[in-house]
Amino acid sequence: MPNVITANRLTDGIVVYLAADGRWTEDIGRARFAETEDETNALEQIGDKAVKDRIVVAMYPMPVELRDGAVDALSVRERIRAAHRTTLTKDWYDVPL
Amino acid sequence: MYRYDEFDHAFVRERVAEFTDQVERRLAGQLTEDEFRPLRLRNGLYLQLHAYMLRIAIPYGVLSPRQLRQLAMIGRKWDRSYGHFTTRQNLQFNWVKLVDIPEVLAALAEVEMHCIQTSGNCVRNVTADPFAGAANDELEDPRPWCEILRQWSTLHPEFSWLPRKFKIAISGAAEDRAAIAFHDIGLKIVRGPNGENGFRVLVGGGMGRTPYVGQEIRAYLPKEHLLSYIESILRVYNLHGRRDNIHKARIKILVNQLGIDKFREDVEADWEATHKTAIDLPEDERRRIMSYFAPPELAPRPIRDEALDQQRETDPVFANWLKHNVRPHRVPGYSTVVVSLKEPGRTPGDASSDAMDLVADLAERFSRSEARVNYTQNLMLPHVATSDMGALYDILKANGLATGNYDLLGDMICCPGLDYCNLANARSIPIAKEIAKRFEDPKRQELIGSLRLNMSGCINACGHHHSGNIGILGVDKKGTELYQISLGGNPKDDAAIGTIIGPGFRAEAVPQAIDTILDTYLAKRVDGETFVDTWRRVGAQPFKEALYGAA
Repeated sequence: MPNVITANRLTDGIVVYLAADGRWTEDIGRARFAETEDETNALEQIGDKAVKDRIVVAMYPMPVELRDGAVDALSVRERIRAAHRTTLTKDWYDVPL
Repeated sequence: MYRYDEFDHAFVRERVAEFTDQVERRLAGQLTEDEFRPLRLRNGLYLQLHAYMLRIAIPYGVLSPRQLRQLAMIGRKWDRSYGHFTTRQNLQFNWVKLVDIPEVLAALAEVEMHCIQTSGNCVRNVTADPFAGAANDELEDPRPWCEILRQWSTLHPEFSWLPRKFKIAISGAAEDRAAIAFHDIGLKIVRGPNGENGFRVLVGGGMGRTPYVGQEIRAYLPKEHLLSYIESILRVYNLHGRRDNIHKARIKILVNQLGIDKFREDVEADWEATHKTAIDLPEDERRRIMSYFAPPELAPRPIRDEALDQQRETDPVFANWLKHNVRPHRVPGYSTVVVSLKEPGRTPGDASSDAMDLVADLAERFSRSEARVNYTQNLMLPHVATSDMGALYDILKANGLATGNYDLLGDMICCPGLDYCNLANARSIPIAKEIAKRFEDPKRQELIGSLRLNMSGCINACGHHHSGNIGILGVDKKGTELYQISLGGNPKDDAAIGTIIGPGFRAEAVPQAIDTILDTYLAKRVDGETFVDTWRRVGAQPFKEALYGAA
């Protein structure tokens, strides 16, 4: 299962993802994903450094799926985080946006 | 209300300076997150799903217009122009930036507010009957005692690192409107054998994953010994409460493991050995604090108002609001008005900065410059003249703040849930909104009558689901949000914990399940019965059959 690295930005707490260019992005669609455990570990090390460098806090890898080539969070919690807003609204109880 | 003296001002300013320095050191890399986390929690600052959340203490739910306006300003300047009033009568901002926290705390200090002890394993904001000092069923105003406890507990050296958080509530009225039986310590002001007021003391109540109703540790405690007795309770808890397991660390676990009699014995022994006069508040200081809570001078006025009666006759929505959101006052010709934050379609307990400003204006114009927050997440105006009711209603209505649903189904308690909270397993806000939509018709709510519907998005029970007549608990079952429904809980005098009625429901099935439960209640109830009365008489079976079919 592919993974991406997520965290909250230290200065304002906003949800971010480690992007392909090594920067942190608010857009999960631009997150770099790891296909294997080794790749996930390598990305986590970059994340660890960003924690030490005070760019982000609460960093962790999270499983995603690829839908039509786009990265999508698996859990309700991560969908809500990725949306940067509260209450998913396609239909009030319907998890997928 | 209480006003800071020089000591209080200096104390809060020092604390702002201290935390400002800690924030700066965190940003500069001198503190790691592990080092910073306990410090920020001591100052009410959480890291939630989307951002930092700042929890601001509103001592016993009392707010001046100046404070409300400052909160509105903070919301506009440093957040997203709204805040969330909580079941501890506090206010949470959901989107503040770490870098702005020093300025926010300085702005709070300007109006005698802070975030101290709104988190952490210490004595939290002491809550009170929100009708305090205004209710017509009150023996004594609990607010001075809340203030005394607030001052005593703030940075108390012995009790700053308790096994777990500690919540105290006080009621001075006949009706319990502060859910005192669900607190670590619940205090009710009662008349004693000598004719003097004192406290009935409950201990070991609480929600969370192991809910308990508080038990009586003392039927009557003379008022002057409040601090020494509470200290003895806390000392026994601090010594013997568990620190090895966070889920077993609250005082309720200790009380129920020891048994109330043994716990009482230990507390009384400690209390006997205590040098009480060194701890109890000197009479002069008690009088000084009392003087801040002198009731406003309200001359009795006519109870009836012709214009009001006329409007009541012609406007059923107004009549409904009067019936439910306008409550009796101790002075004839006045009432306490509940400003509903439960308009269908809105997040329960959320208030915009504009709404805060408006209520501040209305408090000045109509309520002797006082506003309140109640634990069911509404604002209140405690002292409104009957003759002003029409004018007040028109303004509230024009701003979506006049929903006549206080203590009805629409007056749901709802935690932030998975829309905001890092601990939540499921969303609660959209469920609350959908239930509100389904029961929008005031006639249906009127038919159902007084009903407490409480909802939490996880087992920690910030939304008080255990004490709801109907309680909803969101859980995560293999990646799907599932909602357990419990029935028969009650936060009032004959407090009870709800019973889970059966397997959980998917989100989309919850409103229909609530409808089915209420239809069953309406079919079974006999005249004058509340939901809890009927539940206690008929038991779970009819509700189970209606929800899940005959076994």
